[in-house]
Amino acid sequence: MGLKIEINNIPLEVEKGTTILQAARKVGINIPTLCYLEGLQNPGSCRVCVVEVEGANALQPACVTEVNEGMKIRTNNKRVRNARKIILELLLSSHPWECNTCDRNQSCELQTLAEEYGIREVRFQSTQEKLPLDESTPGIVRDPNKCILCRRCVAVCQEIQKVGTLGPRYRGFHTVISPGQVDLLGDAVCVQCGQCAAVCPVGAISERDDTEKVWEALEDPQKYVIVQTAPAIRAALGECFNLPPGTLVKGRMVAALRRLGFDKVFDTNFGADLTIVEEGHELLSRLKKKLVDEDKTVKLPMFTSCSPGWINYMENFYPELRDNVSTCKSPQQMFGAVAKTYFADEIGIRKEDMVVVSIMPCTAKKFECNRPEMVDSGVQDVDYVLTTRELGKMIKQAGLDFVNLPEEEMDAPLGISTGAADIFANTGGVMEAALRTVYEIVTGKELPFEKLHVTPVQGLEGVKEAELTIKETLPDWKFLEGVTLKVAVAHGLGNANKIVESILKGEREYHFIEIMACPGGCIGGGGQPRLTTDEVRKARIQAIYKEDEGRKLRKSHENPALKELYNEFLGQPLGEKSHQLLHTHYFDKKNKKEKEKVKV
Amino acid sequence: MATNIQETELTQEEKFQQLMKFIESNREKKGFLIPALHKAQEIFGYLPAEVREFVAEQMNIPVSTVMGVVTFYSFFRMNPVGKHNITVCMGTACYVRGAKKIVEAVENTLGIKPGETTEDRMFSLSIQRCLGACGLAPAIMIDHEVHGRMTPQKLEQVLELYK
Ligand code: SF4
Ligand code: SF4
Ligand code: SF4
Ligand code: FES
Repeated sequence: MGLKIEINNIPLEVEKGTTILQAARKVGINIPTLCYLEGLQNPGSCRVCVVEVEGANALQPACVTEVNEGMKIRTNNKRVRNARKIILELLLSSHPWECNTCDRNQSCELQTLAEEYGIREVRFQSTQEKLPLDESTPGIVRDPNKCILCRRCVAVCQEIQKVGTLGPRYRGFHTVISPGQVDLLGDAVCVQCGQCAAVCPVGAISERDDTEKVWEALEDPQKYVIVQTAPAIRAALGECFNLPPGTLVKGRMVAALRRLGFDKVFDTNFGADLTIVEEGHELLSRLKKKLVDEDKTVKLPMFTSCSPGWINYMENFYPELRDNVSTCKSPQQMFGAVAKTYFADEIGIRKEDMVVVSIMPCTAKKFECNRPEMVDSGVQDVDYVLTTRELGKMIKQAGLDFVNLPEEEMDAPLGISTGAADIFANTGGVMEAALRTVYEIVTGKELPFEKLHVTPVQGLEGVKEAELTIKETLPDWKFLEGVTLKVAVAHGLGNANKIVESILKGEREYHFIEIMACPGGCIGGGGQPRLTTDEVRKARIQAIYKEDEGRKLRKSHENPALKELYNEFLGQPLGEKSHQLLHTHYFDKKNKKEKEKVKV
Repeated sequence: MATNIQETELTQEEKFQQLMKFIESNREKKGFLIPALHKAQEIFGYLPAEVREFVAEQMNIPVSTVMGVVTFYSFFRMNPVGKHNITVCMGTACYVRGAKKIVEAVENTLGIKPGETTEDRMFSLSIQRCLGACGLAPAIMIDHEVHGRMTPQKLEQVLELYK
């Protein structure tokens, strides 16, 4: 039995446990929110969502108040509007008025509400001291002066990511959000995932802005500047230009990048295909060593390594798993190392004159490209990483009418890729891509799933599992005949934590595990257009699968440009050259001395 | 106050052991963080960074949560208290008669700000609203003794008595 209620005289029936906010959204009534975040424990602290409930003296916060039978609610009358105005004025009274120079200008939830509620003056004054910016990490910049203490970042960092870097300090007027014991993020354990930046309603947490450096490189005639775009960008960049989430804009994105002046427009997808081939062979080699050679030093399950937020998490919290993590570099770093060797040689450009720019959905990639060991080409393999949001800004600065750009193709050779690479963007995608290749190497046959989709590992469930029994193996792989491969997938570090703990406690056994640090995978990365809700995640995920299904080639090992790379340059997967350029090693960052040595 | 006598005898390692035992027996209890921090402060006298980190580790919670609680309640101290505690009165009477200058004088002479302790652990500085000695404004209190009609010069002489 539902509860009968009325909102602004509109009768409706909702289930028990529904909040006023949820009920109002059902009938198309928007109630403003600042601290509320779908799917999290809500503090109900900002009070901007207050509504009038008949019979109650005080106004009630809609985001945490559940409806009762017969409740009559007013979301928009003078009393409510006035209360919201005062709340906004109070927030603005201790807020720097720097909209024109703020990263969030025109995409700020506070600014938007101030505009919607017609705030024309702020009658309160505060004399708060200006706090310094925190620019101590490559990925994230914090401006505590703009913080409105909504605590979304705290909730995400603690509840979703289970990292717990951020927390409040002091009380009342003096409250600040800080990284634990220290003042700078760089001195705390922060995995740089950027999920805090993705949910901050104002300009208090953002990615480090590297667009100026990229403009400079583009304008430098001495430099040959190439760009790679992560698979997740093509399903999200459109949102920067008010296209609906899940609009595929690959062709227009390529056109825009060309017009920005990049010498070549390439694809991280190429790196992703390369990753699958290397990682697939690594998995098979681990299985062989374990099952046939009974080599005790070989570690299973093997974890994927393409998410730098996960790598940071592993190194800081579970360094004992270092040997379980694939030695494969992430697709962006594989791309960089190949671009500055193979491709630079091919076109006769000195690697010192080549600049590799990555467009990533991710802030941790900014950290990753600055890791001191990522220099296997002889110079820094990837020079700059821009988030989807930063690319959106550059396109606007360039005055391009993005929505009406023509569709263009990526350049060869490093822009050629398969559908397996597209799905790297989604949680479960790396697993699916790897299985497509591994199964075929071992049996000579296609992966026995409808449309090649490993459906059990798709979707937004936090931890997903699948089993695959290998039959009719080719002669080289007889030892895998009848073996049931057990795989698992987790997205969001809180879910990663669950899997890792269950393995360490011996409750679960797997052969291969995919981990992505961000909820939903890269499509939900910390550098994506805001705000990434589950609805937005689903739309982007669908778009990516559509992109994959529309391709002729959907398995990484079929990528013709990759075959050429192996023939002309790398030799064999896991060969000597691969080891030198495409594989890496990890550090024990629980050990403070070791951490200091490799500090980024 | 048996613990006070013990305190001087325990090595740093023994103190951590003692705290660990206390936390171990109660770790699963809800809302146990505050008692754990109280115990820690009782053992160490204050809550330095290593102790806050230790509590977080033992209780398997982020250090940011510990920090949130420690800074929220005024009875937790993050700095050691000195042998002598200087309290400067900032009540109205003292304020108008130059209490601010007295605070500055302490800051300059001892190099500590309110809430801090000198490196030799001799003096801590704190501020209070009113000591109830308005007739002697500006007044300070060192340990339990009130010193009135302070001037920066007089302050130095008074401090000498405690060195
Ligand atoms: S955070 Fe929002 S309101 Fe504040 S300065 Fe930036 S744009 Fe303006
Ligand atoms: S980047 Fe990730 S780990 Fe770091 S503070 Fe933000 S949410 Fe927490
Ligand atoms: S930094 Fe942003 S998300 Fe975090 S509390 Fe402040 S305003 Fe909210
Ligand atoms: S959104 Fe409801 S209290 Fe903040």
